[in-house]
Amino acid sequence: MEQEKDTFLYKETFFDRIFRPQVITLENGHTVRRRRSRTPLILLALVLVVFWALRMTGFSLVVIVNRFPKLMDLMKKLFQPNWSFFPKVVGPLVDTIKMSILGTVIGCGCALPVAVLASSNIDRNKIVVSLLRVLLGLIRTLPTLVIALVCALIFSLGTFSGTVAIAIFTFGVVSKMLYESIETIDMGPFEAMEALGANKFQAFWSACVPQILPVYLSHCLYCFEMNVRASAILGYVGAGGLGITINERIGWRDYNSLGMVLLSLFVVVTFIEFFSAYLRKKLS
Amino acid sequence: MATKTKLENFEQTFHRKLTAAEAYAARPRNWMLYTLIVLIIVLLVGWSSSDIHFTGLTVTGTEVAKGVLHGVFQPDTQLLFGLGETDVPYLLLQTIAIAVLGTLFGAILAIPFAFLAAENIMPKPIAYLFRVLILMIRTIPSLVWALMWIRVTGPGAACGVITQSVCSIGMISKMYITAIEDLDTKILESLDAMGCTPFQKIRYGVIPQLTASFISTTIYRFDINLKDATTLGIVGAGGIGASLVQCLNSRRWAMVGSFVWGLMLLVVVIEFFSTKVRTKLAQGK
Repeated sequence: MEQEKDTFLYKETFFDRIFRPQVITLENGHTVRRRRSRTPLILLALVLVVFWALRMTGFSLVVIVNRFPKLMDLMKKLFQPNWSFFPKVVGPLVDTIKMSILGTVIGCGCALPVAVLASSNIDRNKIVVSLLRVLLGLIRTLPTLVIALVCALIFSLGTFSGTVAIAIFTFGVVSKMLYESIETIDMGPFEAMEALGANKFQAFWSACVPQILPVYLSHCLYCFEMNVRASAILGYVGAGGLGITINERIGWRDYNSLGMVLLSLFVVVTFIEFFSAYLRKKLS
Repeated sequence: MATKTKLENFEQTFHRKLTAAEAYAARPRNWMLYTLIVLIIVLLVGWSSSDIHFTGLTVTGTEVAKGVLHGVFQPDTQLLFGLGETDVPYLLLQTIAIAVLGTLFGAILAIPFAFLAAENIMPKPIAYLFRVLILMIRTIPSLVWALMWIRVTGPGAACGVITQSVCSIGMISKMYITAIEDLDTKILESLDAMGCTPFQKIRYGVIPQLTASFISTTIYRFDINLKDATTLGIVGAGGIGASLVQCLNSRRWAMVGSFVWGLMLLVVVIEFFSTKVRTKLAQGK
């Protein structure tokens, strides 16, 4: 198919000027040009990059293979969880869930108005749109752990700083996902309502909100899933929750108890994931 | 559903369409559902806020906040543009190197996992077993993986590489599985009818269908790994994270500022290129 199109739409790129395309003469006298494959060039670049990365990181497979038994020892202990440690896991685990619920709700609540203002089909003010987008982009580049660490330095150690970190992270992610979905909604009803004499807010409320709401809720649920996972490690920098326990157990090399912590986390995360997947299916 | 049948009933009994006003009066009302959702959210928030207290700022809290802002607006330019081994460019390159290798190894390791967990290729019990395994790999946080691998490799960038390879398996193979289960088997049947050998069937029937989505997944994961690699340094697995946290803890704000700028620049640039390549792949060029 490419060859048929070729004779009409042949745009010579820089690549084609170096590696001349192969010219094939057909039986009826027409000639078609077949582009050279770019795969070898891409592969060569990839090999060079990998070679550079190997030297940069000092990664060697020999060390890994030689010392692999150490990891196996560790894994063996992980898979024999220390059940008596469970009572000590419950408290931090509930804290982690509470942190992620509150953080998700706050973040999602702030994200809704900002996302509406950042979507170019509703907000005609180009300056506001691009400013908000740059701001959201900058928020998303900051790793959650770094935000949590700064929060822990500002608001003292504990669950509050974890909640703030999760809220900031959620705000960035949900706003971005939401304004991208808002830009794909059908603006026909909105225009129709405006033509009927509704003001901007009325038109938005009854034409756009019903389209946005299910998507918004689904994004929030998805984010909540991610947050439960992420908040489990926030404790590592002192932001409360399960991370403190994990850090402590690893510090004491008490891998059986660590196995218990991870097992409970696994069960909770799986449950939340199934529940949220079910709800999201209902929403769409 | 109920309102629809009501409307249909009406149309049948009166043999006419509803007028706009009547249809509007009979519009579906979901206020019960909405109140329920709001109620559940309020209850959850109430329950969770009972344990999260605002204890006020720390003594140095305002100083920290001021310091971070000050650092971001007046970064240490010598660190930002220096060429030594502790300067921002070198650490950024190291972070990229960790993410490249981690993603590549992860993408290769995920292929057997994905094929073993695909329901249309493997018998169901085996597929489920591997799915649970993948889920377990995904649940263990990357920092915990890093802390475990550090016992094997010792601190350094190599630890970051192996951690990311293992962590990436979870998400990558999950997306590979979707691609494999969407395979168009009719193509394989027609190749079979033409008398192709199994190897030819894989070469011309399977690989062309999978490469685009596999590469797209890998690039997407590279994005995520890059962001992850910046935090792995906190536990000593190489990259920019370690220096950033050290500077934060020792309150050298100008250095913090330059690290943050480097980080932002890196993520923005990589995200831009990866989105570009992935849209190209999605359009099938």
